[in-house]
Amino acid sequence: MPDKHTQNRLLAHSTPLILALILLTFVAAVALTGDRALARMAAETLVRVTLVVGLWIFVGNSGVISFGHAGYMAIGAYCSAWLTLKPQAKALFLPDLPAWLASAEWHVFPAAIASGLLAAFVALVSGAAILRLSGIAASIATFAFLAIVYTVYSNWEGVTGATSSVVGLTRYVGPWVALAWAVAAIVAANLYANSASGLALRATREDEVAARASGIDQYRHRLLSLVISGFFTGVAGALFGHSLGVLNPDSFYLGITFIALAMLVVGGIGSLSGAVTGVLVLSLLIEALVRLEQGVSIGAAALALPSGAQEILIGVVMILVLILRPAGLTGGAEFRLRARTSRLSFDQEQTTTN
Amino acid sequence: MNTLAQLFFDAASLGGIYAMAALGIALIFGVMNLVNFAHGQYIAFCVFALIVPSTDAVAVVFLGRAPAFLLIPLLLAVGAAAAVASEYAVFRHMRKATPVAMMISSFALGFVIQNALLATYGGRPKAISLWPELNTPVTVIGASVPLLQVIVILTTLIVVAGLALLLKKTRIGLEMRAAAENFTMARLLGVRANVVITGAFALSGALAAAVALIMATQTGVADVRMGGQIMLVAFIATVIGGLGSLPGAVAAGFLIGAASVLLQAYLPLDARPFRDAFLYTLVIVSLLVRPQGLFVPSSAKPRV
Repeated sequence: MPDKHTQNRLLAHSTPLILALILLTFVAAVALTGDRALARMAAETLVRVTLVVGLWIFVGNSGVISFGHAGYMAIGAYCSAWLTLKPQAKALFLPDLPAWLASAEWHVFPAAIASGLLAAFVALVSGAAILRLSGIAASIATFAFLAIVYTVYSNWEGVTGATSSVVGLTRYVGPWVALAWAVAAIVAANLYANSASGLALRATREDEVAARASGIDQYRHRLLSLVISGFFTGVAGALFGHSLGVLNPDSFYLGITFIALAMLVVGGIGSLSGAVTGVLVLSLLIEALVRLEQGVSIGAAALALPSGAQEILIGVVMILVLILRPAGLTGGAEFRLRARTSRLSFDQEQTTTN
Repeated sequence: MNTLAQLFFDAASLGGIYAMAALGIALIFGVMNLVNFAHGQYIAFCVFALIVPSTDAVAVVFLGRAPAFLLIPLLLAVGAAAAVASEYAVFRHMRKATPVAMMISSFALGFVIQNALLATYGGRPKAISLWPELNTPVTVIGASVPLLQVIVILTTLIVVAGLALLLKKTRIGLEMRAAAENFTMARLLGVRANVVITGAFALSGALAAAVALIMATQTGVADVRMGGQIMLVAFIATVIGGLGSLPGAVAAGFLIGAASVLLQAYLPLDARPFRDAFLYTLVIVSLLVRPQGLFVPSSAKPRV
């Protein structure tokens, strides 16, 4: 029988298992209904899970709010487009690509990996500068990074198509592909969070000064988590492009930045389970409200929300959640098996977010 | 000389708008550590308060029809009321929440305001003509500038001077400065938290209304998205200036205005579309050089 501490460490790995099961149930339930629109919603939701979990790897562990992740997402999405589009299409829409890229015609999977790696590399370079800052200055610097990526991608005519959309991406991302990547992101996030570096980083989140006094190199751990986070965000960008089939720089600016952060905060920024919960709850809520807006008939009476009500209600719900549960729905706790009773429960090792 | 003067007026008037918006954000940040992302929507709200609610393409001027001496105080009051109401409805219940949670809820509030405006006024930008005669050019020290630019510069100076007087000479101003310095300590010494916070929101909303008036006159358009860009620049100005420092926010606002006008004028033609990328690179560089802000109050040093 291992001692209590080892047991606890081992049980921490039950979190990704539980989260994967929840997502699997979600996809299976959607697949059973056979509804095309629902399947599409499920795929989009799971791409968002990949994105928000990727975001959490950095934000959740370091406590630094990043506005820049939509930038890594854009980098991943366009990279995958450059690698997978047909050479004829690229010659037509993106004439200024270098020759080796213009003739490239990769399979989608290695392209997704390459997109993640490129985003991770950009995260390494940008993070090397930005992460010398902390607190709100770091957040503003990440925002400046996002604005730089956005400006470049929406003006670099021959390489990104600027504001005219890039079309014709293979739409291979269905619920199952997205599920596979979401689970991969969750497993990686959990491995990182429970690694020596992840624990050290969380120590700096709780108290920068005390952590530094204990010999933790904050900069190095933040940079490492940003690189891993950049990888999955880049992959999420590639998946996003291949689920819609169309790319436009506007998709990777403030809208997605705030939705992703809102999902993270509503779910609970302090835990991986919070990230996943936030995405599922808000995505389902948005879907339900969109359907209500289109109108449902209950008995003889047709009921429809006035148009525009969906966005307003989403905003109101977000505010209410934050007022009633400022630490998010999960309050920073993880879903995991408990040592003695071995049943699903909230872990009470509450971590505060700051 | 001629072009230099022209550049100066462009920079000063753009910087003035940024400075006023940055003040609106810095005031609230100072007293309650809230990065208020709804500020841009206060601006949009004030612009739309000028016209009759309808989804038609042609805007019928409503408040905007009042003569200037009535309209200006009225719109400032509308802005202040909107900001105070939002504090009442949302932020009052979040005093104990983390800054991140407050920031996200301010974003959610902005989202609600924006969509409420969309639902009442429709999504298309509308033409409004508010004081069109102000866009006629006048000649000042050899440069031909729209009268409005001169007015913007003067307004900014008056607003900044007025605010400085308010903060230095009145009781509420003193309380606000104390609260910005150290909120807990100020409360212990008898500063009334709710009064100070409500005051900060009212001032911030009035500043948003001033920006709204200027933008509506300058562009002649009412668009739901018009506050967003200004707010982001203002937010950056607040941080570069040194969070919690009001003079810093004003100076940084002018600095960003000047930098963006100069980049626009002197970048090579090919690089000009990428102007913002250069501007934001400068922002990152400035943060790396002075992480606490360019114009730092002594209280900004992190304490252990």
